[in-house]
Amino acid sequence: MIAYMVRRILLALLTIWMITILSFIIIQLPPGDFVDTYANTMSAGGTGITQAEKDALREQYGINQPMYVQYLKWMGLIMQGNFGMAIEWGRPVLDVIGDRLMLTIVISLAAIVFTWALALPIGIYSAVKRYSFLDYLFTFVGFIGLAIPGFMLALIVMYVGFSYFGSNIGGLFSADYAEAPWSMEKVWDLIQHLPVPAIVLGVSGTAQMIRIMRSNLLDELRKPYVMTARARGLAESRVIMKYPVRVALNPFISTIGYLLPYVVSGSIIVSMVLSLPTVGPLLLKSLVAQDMFLAGTIVLLLGVLTVIGTLISDLLLMWVDPRIRLGRQ
Amino acid sequence: MSEKTLPQDSVKTTVAEEKIAVATQWQLMWWRFRKHKLAMIGVVVLILFYLVVACVDFLAYADPNESDAQRGLIAPQTIEWFDNGEFKPYVHPLKGTRDPKTFKRVYVPDMDTKLPIVFFGPGFSYKFLGLIETDRHLFSVEGADAYKTLFLFGTDVQGRDIWSRLIYGTQTSLTIGLVSVALSLLLGVTLGGMSGYYGGVFDTFIQRIIEILRSIPTIPLWMGLTAALPNDWNVTQVYFAITIIISLIGWTELARVVRGRFLSLRQDDFVMAAELLGCSKARIIFRHMVPSFVSHIIAATTLAIPAMIISETSLSFLGLGLRPPAISWGVLLQDAQNVQALAISPWLLIPVLPVIVAVLAFNFTGDGLRDAADPYG
Repeated sequence: MIAYMVRRILLALLTIWMITILSFIIIQLPPGDFVDTYANTMSAGGTGITQAEKDALREQYGINQPMYVQYLKWMGLIMQGNFGMAIEWGRPVLDVIGDRLMLTIVISLAAIVFTWALALPIGIYSAVKRYSFLDYLFTFVGFIGLAIPGFMLALIVMYVGFSYFGSNIGGLFSADYAEAPWSMEKVWDLIQHLPVPAIVLGVSGTAQMIRIMRSNLLDELRKPYVMTARARGLAESRVIMKYPVRVALNPFISTIGYLLPYVVSGSIIVSMVLSLPTVGPLLLKSLVAQDMFLAGTIVLLLGVLTVIGTLISDLLLMWVDPRIRLGRQ
Repeated sequence: MSEKTLPQDSVKTTVAEEKIAVATQWQLMWWRFRKHKLAMIGVVVLILFYLVVACVDFLAYADPNESDAQRGLIAPQTIEWFDNGEFKPYVHPLKGTRDPKTFKRVYVPDMDTKLPIVFFGPGFSYKFLGLIETDRHLFSVEGADAYKTLFLFGTDVQGRDIWSRLIYGTQTSLTIGLVSVALSLLLGVTLGGMSGYYGGVFDTFIQRIIEILRSIPTIPLWMGLTAALPNDWNVTQVYFAITIIISLIGWTELARVVRGRFLSLRQDDFVMAAELLGCSKARIIFRHMVPSFVSHIIAATTLAIPAMIISETSLSFLGLGLRPPAISWGVLLQDAQNVQALAISPWLLIPVLPVIVAVLAFNFTGDGLRDAADPYG
């Protein structure tokens, strides 16, 4: 068990390391160095920076040194919690990202909760009542759900909301609370705005989950122990819920590992359409403006958070599934 | 009676059995595939889609990039199919004026004039399939230029015909899916195959890379990579750069399938037999192992294409993928980003339909292929 845990944690660290390299590549990719970009943006905004300031920046990030030195310096700064400056905003990157990153996490988690809450009962129903009318209906809806990318669904939902209900259903807060400091009322306002983005984001994941749950449970229901339980006169609900569902649930929990990167990915682009205050629109803006520190940091933080989420789900799986807990010794 | 039919029946079943016994692997697959109704529909739809890809110039009747502010935001035109009870489709020409109150352009059909739609009529000249010089198009209008009078799906803000743009966009989006999948396949089969065949350290290494790539949220990463493409690159360069970026992550699933097949086949008796007979490694792989999992690879590839199409659409939608003047489904949907604009001109959402239909068709076909490829399914 400990060996498994250590292996998972090592793999997570390795992944995080890879993500830092990829983020660094993203920062480095545009032609010219970012100090030039920085200087250009500043002078375009009317506040030019002096050659001395440029040199100081170059010194800080070691621009004229080989790539790996630059990478190490950047990593060193990050270790100290210094993610650099967001050029457009003239503030440290972390300040700009702060709240938005949290909201991204909130939306992603809401989408996953929605996915589970819906996929679990439907999956069980579809397996138990196989080939019933509702089973076919769910399968059909599921296929459609899989085929529509999140942002298109968001577009359609926005359009329907706007032209038939006359309201703009985008955003995460009402106008009163958008700029207000955090309070209980603001949290309540947020909760009221969550369902639409959560559903839009969760639909394709739900469709996948239903299919997985259905086929897993079908495999279990064919096994002899289910027949034994029935033969001994157990109530049908007990026959199904007690063991087959529990066994079928295992792969379900493990899928959170790949559901998370998927949902986070989706949230970026869905946020653009629904104008949610997550890191999505920020990332796009920073990329268009070539504000590479902001962009690189967002990719880095999203990646790291996803890896941590995946790690937690793996450890959770270990806790739930005795075969993993005991079998790997 | 019964004495007569019985032997005939048994003859029939033995014939059927014999047919199965001597059928090739591909015939068996085809028979199983045929039973999958949704998959068959999927195949037909895909064939239609790729026919569109092959004959874009024939199907489009207007230059997709020719804009004219005088024709901005025309709603899809109503076509009158019957003229005096006779099948003779025609349209009324539109006259654009400006609403004095809202300053919006409004279009009023001129009910007195009828412009008959002609099939296979003349239009701009092009080379059919890149070979035959012709000026025939599926639709044209008698007595007028089609691009000035015919607006099947309406026009966008700049007055460009959406039908024609959709046709050209279909070509880009569907081929980008194929090219990316081909690249992914190359990477996936090579790395997955080596991983599965050699095993050991190399296998572990590849597996870790796959796990790592799969745990990174792809869209932010793609956005970062595509944003760095130089602005002065031309359409073709961007096109290929996007396919490379998309397939950079797409290969992992294919590699997993190939590796899994290799691992299970390596244990099989016929591979062992070939080894004992002294076949070379290359011969074992290409002559004995590959044919037995090609069908699975085809199924996995078909299932991978829709993801690629969606990736391209998403990136272009954000303005980070293909850029105008290139036309793809994602580029077309960029016009639909604004809700207010959508509420006024909902036809800008039309490009959503082909995306959904194409993705569904690929998914159904892939599902059918996967079931057919599995002899125990």
